[in-house]
Amino acid sequence: MTFFALVSIVIMVVDHRQQHLDDLRSALSLLLYPVQQLTTLPRTGGEWLAEGFTSRRDLQEENANLKAQQILLQAQLQKLDALQAENIRLRDLLDSSIRVGEKVLIAEILSIDLNPFNRQIVINKGTRHGVYAGQPLLDAEGVMGQVVSASPLTSIAMIISDPSHAIPVTVNRNGLRAIAIGTGTSNTLDLPHIPNNADIREGDLLITSGLGGRFPPNYPVATVTQVVVNPSEPFAHVKAEPTARLDRSREVLLVWHGEPTRVESSDCPSDQPDCAAPPAGGG
Amino acid sequence: MPALARHSGGGVIFFTLIVAFVLTVIPMPEWLAYARPEWVALCLMYWCIALPQRVGVGTAWISGLFLDVLRGALLGQHALALAIVAYLALLLHQRIRVNPVWQQSLSVLVLVTIYQIFVLWVNGIIGKPSANWTSWLPSLSSMLMWPLVFVTLRSLRRGFGVT
Repeated sequence: MTFFALVSIVIMVVDHRQQHLDDLRSALSLLLYPVQQLTTLPRTGGEWLAEGFTSRRDLQEENANLKAQQILLQAQLQKLDALQAENIRLRDLLDSSIRVGEKVLIAEILSIDLNPFNRQIVINKGTRHGVYAGQPLLDAEGVMGQVVSASPLTSIAMIISDPSHAIPVTVNRNGLRAIAIGTGTSNTLDLPHIPNNADIREGDLLITSGLGGRFPPNYPVATVTQVVVNPSEPFAHVKAEPTARLDRSREVLLVWHGEPTRVESSDCPSDQPDCAAPPAGGG
Repeated sequence: MPALARHSGGGVIFFTLIVAFVLTVIPMPEWLAYARPEWVALCLMYWCIALPQRVGVGTAWISGLFLDVLRGALLGQHALALAIVAYLALLLHQRIRVNPVWQQSLSVLVLVTIYQIFVLWVNGIIGKPSANWTSWLPSLSSMLMWPLVFVTLRSLRRGFGVT
């Protein structure tokens, strides 16, 4: 007993202070991969059944809806292409670096509620797919978090609402810089150290500033929900609500923003033909 | 019983532990997730009380290490807590065994609370304090789940003749 207790304490200290045990952790997580696959079984089974029993009329309806949506999106895309070309031209004029599209990969969340107070998720892509620690994670509506540890087949990501997570943001309206810190509840971020006279209002969209170098710039992060100015205090109390659906998303996007190229088809696993989708929710 | 077959049914113990791991990470609605019972601790406690000569501190420690990886916790955190719980269960197994199931639940409440004290204590040390009372809900839900776990595992143990 004493032996086990001592060994536990030693490896806890080593794991906390150093990175020596990361290999052990990824080896163990490889052994646990079947268990994690088992946990998704009820959901995949349910989806399979639901797909099998969808009625013909539902499918036709859905098909019509999707077609209409596609036409709509295509029309918007035409405009976007023109805007993108213009953007590149303007940036050329300004002689600044261009970053047209980021390489992305869709990952699925294996388990989301490892510990309600930790705000971490496990996703089904790992170092074998090129995932690295510190990689940003998006969903369709905004920034979700970042990868904190990657093993060969799965990785653990920290959600932006984790109390130990902070993300550099700017107000989309005027470029005011701030830092959004998680609070542990999935619908609130805290923006500390904003002066009382700063120009920030309820409803302002906060986007990533890209200043930390970890997140790509211009992705939506949160909308300001509450600004309380108390003249007796040096800073305003500002709260924001994440735009990403932190506790409802099933699929997340992994972004490689160091490379200014789009995803190549060779990076797509054969069972995921849609992984080359452009990053959604670009601000 | 021949001497060679003194231990049998190790596969059943292994299988129940795997099921406990799956239950630990299976997605649940958010409001329920706060009260997720500590399945692995419950499962290990049962085997420690029922078969103290088979399952002990070593098994608990290894399971805890896997639990750490599964939960993304500090390596050794759950291993330490589970080893301590297994040690206490081994120490008390003769007293717990003779009680009816509902009285056993009370012992389980105490043991799971001790388990949680260690896990949350380490969390506090490494700077992830949880000052919320909901962090203690798993102890209560584990207590409520004990009769179910006990009856299920006992019928498995008898059905497959695990010794």
